[in-house]
Amino acid sequence: MIWLDTVIQGILLGGLYALFAAGLSLVFGIMRLVNLAHGDLIVLAAYLILIIVTALGLSPFTAALVAAPIMFAAGWTLQRVVLNHVLGDDILPPLLVTFGLSIVLQNALLETASADSRRLSVGGLETASLALGPVNVGVLPLLTFASAVAVIFALSHIIRHTRLGRAFRATSDDPAAAELMGVRPRRVFAAATALAMVVVTVAALYLGARANFDPAIGPARLIYAFEAVIIGGLGSLWGTLLGGVIIGVAQTVGGALNPEWQILAGHLAFLVVLLLRPRGLLPRAVD
Amino acid sequence: MLRLAGITRSFGALKVSDDISFEVSAGEALGIIGPNGAGKTTLFNLILGNLQPDRGRIEFMGRDVTKASPMARTLSGMGRSFQIPRPFENLTVFENLVVAATFGRGLGESEVTGDCAEILEQTGLMPLANVPAGRLTLLERKRLELARALATAPRLLLLDEIAGGLTDAECQSLIATIRAIHAGGVTIVWIEHVLHALNSVVERLLVLNFGRVIGVGEPDAIMSSREVREIYLGIEV
Repeated sequence: MIWLDTVIQGILLGGLYALFAAGLSLVFGIMRLVNLAHGDLIVLAAYLILIIVTALGLSPFTAALVAAPIMFAAGWTLQRVVLNHVLGDDILPPLLVTFGLSIVLQNALLETASADSRRLSVGGLETASLALGPVNVGVLPLLTFASAVAVIFALSHIIRHTRLGRAFRATSDDPAAAELMGVRPRRVFAAATALAMVVVTVAALYLGARANFDPAIGPARLIYAFEAVIIGGLGSLWGTLLGGVIIGVAQTVGGALNPEWQILAGHLAFLVVLLLRPRGLLPRAVD
Repeated sequence: MLRLAGITRSFGALKVSDDISFEVSAGEALGIIGPNGAGKTTLFNLILGNLQPDRGRIEFMGRDVTKASPMARTLSGMGRSFQIPRPFENLTVFENLVVAATFGRGLGESEVTGDCAEILEQTGLMPLANVPAGRLTLLERKRLELARALATAPRLLLLDEIAGGLTDAECQSLIATIRAIHAGGVTIVWIEHVLHALNSVVERLLVLNFGRVIGVGEPDAIMSSREVREIYLGIEV
C-alpha cells in the first residue's frame, strides 16, 4: 500500500511540475523561444501574489486572480519591448537575453525582497487531506493537479478551437506565410507570452503554497519544467503533463527507496526517456 | 488596377529588376514568362512588398503602395500563391482557409465559414477539409495555395508557377478552376513555364529576361516574335 501511496503522491507532484512547464511549452511551441527566465518569472509572480496578500489582506487564491492580469500585461510588454527584437533565425540571441533577464530578476528580487524564505499561507488547506480508498491524499496537491489539468485543457482548447489558437499554429508553422494572410506574428507572439504569464501566475500560487521560496530558486524550477517539456515532446501540452507526472513519480519512488535519491531519480528518468525516445513521448506530427 | 513604373532592384551588382513598367487593368489576366533567373519571382516579391524596390513606383487600385507592408497589401486586396507551396502543415485544410479569411479580411469566424466552404468546393478540396495540410500531395498543396489565396478575397491574384510539376490531367483540372476564378471577376497575374496552361487563360503575355521587360502583347504575337523565340525558347531563327 505504501507503493500505491508513493505513486499517487508522485502523480500529484507531477501536476506542479506540469504547471511550471506549461507556459514554457506554450511559448516554445509557438515561437521556438526557450525562455531561460521562466523559473524566475514564476518566482516573480509568487512575490507579486505575496505583496497583494500582504497589502490587501486577500487569500492567496484571490490574490492570484488579481496578479494574473498584471502578469498578462507584463508578459505582453516583455514580448513587445524585448523578446520580439531578438527572435530570428539565430537561436542564440533570445537565449542570451532571457539568461540575462533571469539574472536581472533574481538580483532585483534579492534587492527588494531580501534573501529570506517566504511562503504563501493557505491556512488549513495546507494540512487538509481526503481519504481516497486505502490512501490519504492531501487536498492541496490534489488541487494543484486539478489546476494543472484545467490549465492544460484550457490552453489546448484555445489552441485547437479559437481564432487566436489558429493564429498561434499558423505562425508556428510559417510566420512569413501567416503574415501574408494578415496575421501579425509579433502580436501573436505577444499574446502567447502574455497567456504564458497567466499560467506562470497559477504555477506561482502553488509553488508558494506548497513550499518556501526565495529569489534564487527559479533556475531549479526551470530544470524540472525543461525536463517535463522534453520528456513530453516539444510543443505538446498534454505531453508536458505526462512529462511532469513521470518526473514526479520518479522522484517520489526514488525518495521512498532512499531519501538521497529523490532528485537524482527524477533526472535519471529524464535521461532514460531521452535515450529511448529522443523526440519525447508525444511528439508533434510535423515539425 | 496594378501599375508599375520604372521598378528597379539590384542584389549587389546584379540587376534583378531593371526599369520594369507595365499595367494590369481590372478583370484582366496577364501571363508572365521568361527563362529561369529572369526575375519573375522577384517581381512578385516586389509587387507584394516582400522586397523593396531601389527605384520606381507601384500603384494598386489607384493608390501608391510602394512603401506599404506585405500585410497592408494583402488587406487591400492582393493575394498570392507561392511557387513552392507553404501550407500551415499542422492545421487542417479548412483551418488554413479560416486563418486566411479571418485575418486577411478582418472578419469573425462565423462570417467566413460559408465563404471558406464555397472555396473548398470551387478548388475541389472539400473531401480533404479536415485533413492536416502536412499530409497533402503536391497537386492538393497547389490547390490549397490557390484556395488560401482566394480566402483572403483578393481583387488581384498573383499565381507563381502553380501548374509546374503536375500531370496533364491535373493541370487541366487546375486550369478549369483558375478560369472559373477569373470569370468570377478576379484579376490575375500568372507566372508560368507551362505555356499551354498559361495561354488557355491569359489575354496578354509579358516576357522578362535578365530583369527587363522585352515584350508585352497578345500571346500569339508575343510567341511568334523573333526576339522572344530566340531568348525565351532558345531557338535559332
